[in-house]
Amino acid sequence: MNDMTPVTTTLKDWETDQEVRWCPGCGDYAILKAVQRTLPQLNADPAKTVFVSGIGCSSRFPYYVESYGFHTIHGRAPAFVTGIKLANPELDVWMVTGDGDGMSIGGNHTMHILRRNLDVQILLFNNEIYGLTKGQYSPTSRVGTKSPSTPAGSVDRPAQPCAFALGSGARFVARGFDVSKNLPDVLKAAHAHKGAAFVEIFQNCIVYNKDVFNDFAAPKGAEDQQLWLEDGQPMLFAKGTKGLARDVDHMTLKVVDVVDGDWEAAGVMVHDTKNRALAHMLVELPFGPFPMALGVLYDDPRPAYDAVVAEDLAKAREGKSPDLAALLAKGQTWTVDGTAQDPV
Amino acid sequence: MASVNTTAPEAVVVRFAGDSGDGMQLTGGQFTLSTALAGNDLATFPDFPAEIRAPQGTLFGVSAFQINFGSTAIETAGDAPDVLVAMNPAALKVNLAALKPGGLIIADTGEFTKRNLDKAKYDTNPLEDGSLAKWDVLAFDISALTMESVKPFGLGNKEALRCKNMWTLGLALWMFDRPRDPIHQWLKGKFAKAPELAEANIAALDAGHAYGETAEISGPLKQVHVDPVASEPGLYRTITGAESISLGLVAGAQLAKLPMFFGGYPITPASAILHHLARLKEFDVQTFQAEDEIAAICSAIGASYAGQLGVTSSSGPGIALKGEAMGLAIMTELPLVIVNSQRGGPSTGLPTKTEQSDLYQAVYGRNGDAPMPVIAARSPADAFECAIEACRIAVQYMTPVMLLTDGYIANAAEPWKVPDPASYKPFPVTFLTEKNDGENLLPYARDEKGARPWIKPGTPGLMHRIGGIEKAQGTGHIDYSPANHQAMTDARKAKIDNIDVPDQDVCLGNTTGKLVLVGWGSTYGPIHQAVRRARKKGLDVSHVHVRNVWPLPKNLGPLLKGFDNVLVPEMNTGQFKTVLRDQYLVDAQPLTKTSGQPFAIAEIEAAIAKFFDGVPGNEGGEVEVNETQLPSPEAINP
Repeated sequence: MNDMTPVTTTLKDWETDQEVRWCPGCGDYAILKAVQRTLPQLNADPAKTVFVSGIGCSSRFPYYVESYGFHTIHGRAPAFVTGIKLANPELDVWMVTGDGDGMSIGGNHTMHILRRNLDVQILLFNNEIYGLTKGQYSPTSRVGTKSPSTPAGSVDRPAQPCAFALGSGARFVARGFDVSKNLPDVLKAAHAHKGAAFVEIFQNCIVYNKDVFNDFAAPKGAEDQQLWLEDGQPMLFAKGTKGLARDVDHMTLKVVDVVDGDWEAAGVMVHDTKNRALAHMLVELPFGPFPMALGVLYDDPRPAYDAVVAEDLAKAREGKSPDLAALLAKGQTWTVDGTAQDPV
Repeated sequence: MASVNTTAPEAVVVRFAGDSGDGMQLTGGQFTLSTALAGNDLATFPDFPAEIRAPQGTLFGVSAFQINFGSTAIETAGDAPDVLVAMNPAALKVNLAALKPGGLIIADTGEFTKRNLDKAKYDTNPLEDGSLAKWDVLAFDISALTMESVKPFGLGNKEALRCKNMWTLGLALWMFDRPRDPIHQWLKGKFAKAPELAEANIAALDAGHAYGETAEISGPLKQVHVDPVASEPGLYRTITGAESISLGLVAGAQLAKLPMFFGGYPITPASAILHHLARLKEFDVQTFQAEDEIAAICSAIGASYAGQLGVTSSSGPGIALKGEAMGLAIMTELPLVIVNSQRGGPSTGLPTKTEQSDLYQAVYGRNGDAPMPVIAARSPADAFECAIEACRIAVQYMTPVMLLTDGYIANAAEPWKVPDPASYKPFPVTFLTEKNDGENLLPYARDEKGARPWIKPGTPGLMHRIGGIEKAQGTGHIDYSPANHQAMTDARKAKIDNIDVPDQDVCLGNTTGKLVLVGWGSTYGPIHQAVRRARKKGLDVSHVHVRNVWPLPKNLGPLLKGFDNVLVPEMNTGQFKTVLRDQYLVDAQPLTKTSGQPFAIAEIEAAIAKFFDGVPGNEGGEVEVNETQLPSPEAINP
């Protein structure tokens, strides 16, 4: 995020005149609304806001936000974002990508933008499928996913975007899902983080991978499977009847029952967004035995790449008056004055 | 050599060859500098292996540096060396074939050991078995002489032997009457932190020089004086293509009044540009070493989108990776300069050798109808002008531009008359700051050049979206409609077709005639010299050298039609020849070479001679320039 002059806008100000072309019922609609609802709350300036995307259903996003927008090529959005931010660090850049765009064809760039810690909000819409190309399995599809390219079910193990992000050196890792009412809060936290803020957003592809997240993201009845993390708060879920505690013997976490709200007695841990070891456990928690860890899993800022580069450039330029003529004539030179010159 | 020592020769070619660890590039570089300071015109050709430290003494580990210098204009690194300095048997074996008959071999007998002879696959010692009878041989133990000269400095064996290249350089400086002082100064600077090494190297250099001066040698070793060249008055320096492109890009960005963003990824031989620019931050240059070639170009496009001059650079394989992003820059009509330092291909090919085989890739190598201007530099010095021109076209026409050089231009050095930046006409960029159609913004409106406005994100009130999907004319909204795609394809093509490229000139000869040699890029030197020699013999041949490879100069077609025959020498299998045939329906014939080495003047001369040999009554290659003599078309296609 950036220190910008506060600008007052409403949700409407962030809508474009373009017809939204996602399938009716697609989770992307809910994410778009959440973003358009969040931006006014951030006092964001549409003229200084840039949405950059790659290719895929999610990457149509910039066309629908009334700001500057760049719909680039498959998987490469992080590289465009890097050029944009290095050229003008004043811009507030949001990058929108998907599980195919960001984890497959663009996995390399995702790694490097996180490693460098460029100041950008990265929203990875994870629907565990290739939607725009009509339903092939993706790098986040679960084993056994039947698709046109895997008619008998996929056999390769899925990638875990948040674990990948943390392993790549991300300093901010968060999770949400399309229809969650908490999504704007997650986006605000991402925006508040200076540096690369990685947000995985589970998104329902109603055509090719319908309701695969229902176990924790169904509109009703799945709340008990959501662990919403908050810094400084006990890691409780299922209406406070369960929590996560240390499993010291195995150097990991375990689910414990909380009786009468006495979470301390149950040994429930307090979430610490700066605890990297804890973050590593949270991103790896297997869903099923554990609830889905949502919210801000990790948030421990380090200097952003663009800020460090800007400082470095300023230092190199300090007190120097660039003289092109002098530069051209640098090194050992000789002068020819007549028709020929005597050897030195 | 023996024949040139009595009178001052016009030009001399010297090749230093040794193991890749022997410091031959350094020796050559310093000899180049002293030659430039002595006022000779020169051209160099560094030729080194792809391996960083190839096993010692092996044939594939040989590194060579050739310099051609003289008192007349020098445009190539020379065909056959007059002098070959061979630091070991492998260096002799690899380079001997190139040496002129009667040329001089200087060899270090200290390295002609059984072991090294085996490595070079010599059954017997060539210095002793009479196999070098065609040449003059001067063989002595340079290793031992070097060891002796650096004895006072107490260096270890290995370090002492490292000074061999300076001993050899000292001898070469004596042979060609070159000053030692600049090298002394350079050594003192280079070894400022280890003065004993500076002293040792200076002692070795002086010992080599003294050896030439005092040794009682009869025969081949004689001092040669090459007169300085008559050059245009002014300030000169030596420059390599990589330096010249870097400086040209800096100048181009300044003339456009833009900061420059350079996104690069290490690749031979293009990395040198990244290295040069990384040191020029105070000139509003920012370099970014990306994670790969694709990210390098994408970051540069991102920077252009944000209002800087985006530049990326690579060689063939990296350029291939950048192809999709070039398409996006064409579709979104953003300025970008792409430098391609061509090397031998396909695939990894010959990373350190030169070739011109990326012409198709530059002109045609993208998906869709994706027209893009292409400019080719003819020499290290010319690359400066070309880089400025690439920047101008990119910002004035809102388009990516490819600047073609090659491994030869990138590494070779030549004297350069330092230009005055004030003599170039600035082409400052104007960004759009308010709506351009009353209440509406039209990001894809076009000016008289066909270019769309450049709008920087951050500009109040001009928010808009761009991308790789087909754009509606004017608004830039997504538009797949048939009529719109037709109109936009036409508009993109027309914009590039109508770029104001200068008219093509004839750089040597006439505007009509029997034969024209059409070249592009680094073949300029050998073609020019060959044509000059042929014309001296009275042959009706001219030289046209094309800088604007795409779009081609408007007058090129009519110009070529004024010649009876068109011969296109190029270091590929005939790519530009095909472009010319396609564009003008001229019967252009190829003269090709793909050995990883530049053309020799003699090769092109031979092709010209062969062409005129086909003319009845003109065996021997010499003809009267006579309008009635028409060569047969087959004659030019050997």
